[in-house]
Amino acid sequence: MNSIGLKVHDQDNVATVCCEGVTAGDEITVLDQAGNRQTLSAAAAIPYGHKIAVSPIAPGESIRKYGEVIGTASATIAPGDYVHVHNLDSTRGRGDLARQEEEA
Amino acid sequence: MEFMGYLRPDGRVGARNHVAIIPSVICANDVAQAIVGQVQGTVGYFHHQGCCQLSPDLDRVTETLIGLGCSPNVGAALVISLGCEGTDHERLVREIAATGKPVEIIRIQQLGGFSNAVSAGIKAAQKLAIAISGLQRQPVGVEHITMSIKCGASDTTSGMASNCVIGYVADKLVDLGATVVFGETTEFLGAEHILARRAVNQTVAGRIYEIVEAMENRAKAVGVDMRKGQPTPGNIEGGLSSIEEKSLGAIVKSGTRPIQGVLDYTQQITTQKGLWIKDTPGREPEILTGMACTGAQVMMFSTGRGAPQGFPTMPVIKICGNPITYQHMENDMDLNAGTIITGQRSIQEVGEDAFAQLLRVLSGEMTKNEAIGYHKSIDIHTLGPVI
Repeated sequence: MNSIGLKVHDQDNVATVCCEGVTAGDEITVLDQAGNRQTLSAAAAIPYGHKIAVSPIAPGESIRKYGEVIGTASATIAPGDYVHVHNLDSTRGRGDLARQEEEA
Repeated sequence: MEFMGYLRPDGRVGARNHVAIIPSVICANDVAQAIVGQVQGTVGYFHHQGCCQLSPDLDRVTETLIGLGCSPNVGAALVISLGCEGTDHERLVREIAATGKPVEIIRIQQLGGFSNAVSAGIKAAQKLAIAISGLQRQPVGVEHITMSIKCGASDTTSGMASNCVIGYVADKLVDLGATVVFGETTEFLGAEHILARRAVNQTVAGRIYEIVEAMENRAKAVGVDMRKGQPTPGNIEGGLSSIEEKSLGAIVKSGTRPIQGVLDYTQQITTQKGLWIKDTPGREPEILTGMACTGAQVMMFSTGRGAPQGFPTMPVIKICGNPITYQHMENDMDLNAGTIITGQRSIQEVGEDAFAQLLRVLSGEMTKNEAIGYHKSIDIHTLGPVI
């Protein structure tokens, strides 16, 4: 099964999966704004509208969508990996981190 | 370009002609509800505030109710006071009356309780309903439009389809000399630098950073990760991983035009034109109330997972970016922007449809939530404790 992903901005390291029922091993064709194609193999099941990594991302490195930072990697991410709350940390509204700093 | 609206004595133009039944405090809701259930043409603002709050919040509640009564979509108002509440119900009546529209008040304790108050309220509302029922719509220029915008129950299609459609309409309205107001300060986190770049001057840019910092600090003070509160579990299930990702998609709906300034939660639009920010939270009952209070005649609302509800006096047009949700919830969604995701139509094509629908709704066509009365849950955003 060949499925489509959309990369919104040139600097993005993730793309949005725009089809249903993607499972591990499926081929995803990622299109960018200019119409360039990149083919990836999905490392896991990825739900409709969720994100797939299009390049390697090291822990602590920024994850970019719309050309902007949407969080940092909390684990090593390889192209084709599913990117969501399990490996992407938000950097905003982190009252938990502020409290840890206060207690330390 | 024109729409058919109701000319108000204060020069504003309404898209609806409701009699608003306004409880000045939560304890008056049951009386208000009984009146709304009986009298044609009435709608109620059933909020949960107005007593045992600190004075800044009590002022905020009074001023919000004033704004809701002054809304150009309201032709007349009936205030339901208990008698011992913390809001200033006399000021409420006085300031709504200053717009030139008919206003009445009934006081539950003074009248001797529920039954007498309902009876007096029905008589008063009946008179008001008849008094405004003959008013005719007139053709008016689109520069009289104040459109509010919001996204709710978002998923990743919101930022790629439905918010883009609203952004298209927002730009078009600003270019035509109308007013557009967006809010959801929480959903500026991670995108505030982009908004600040669009501010007309440094003061406005500074104010944008200020309201975002204040909102983030209020959330951080609780000492937990904001996730689950924002983004919501539904947003996360829809693929939004962080507030930054949600915000970057959310601000697309504000279009591309310069930001003229920041309005406080209770502040009304008087002569302001162009694109404005209103400092509100993201939760629907509170932001919809804030937008109706500002004087917006209509709201364009983007959704991906399917947020169905509207607002009693402000028609809310639901634009769905997710083609699967649209098929599944068609009875609650007004416009399908999912055709952008499936590649069948462009943002501009769906944007033109949305603009045409906006003018029809302003001229009287009901939205789906309006037709079935799915718009009764409202509330007022307060900042301090209930004591």
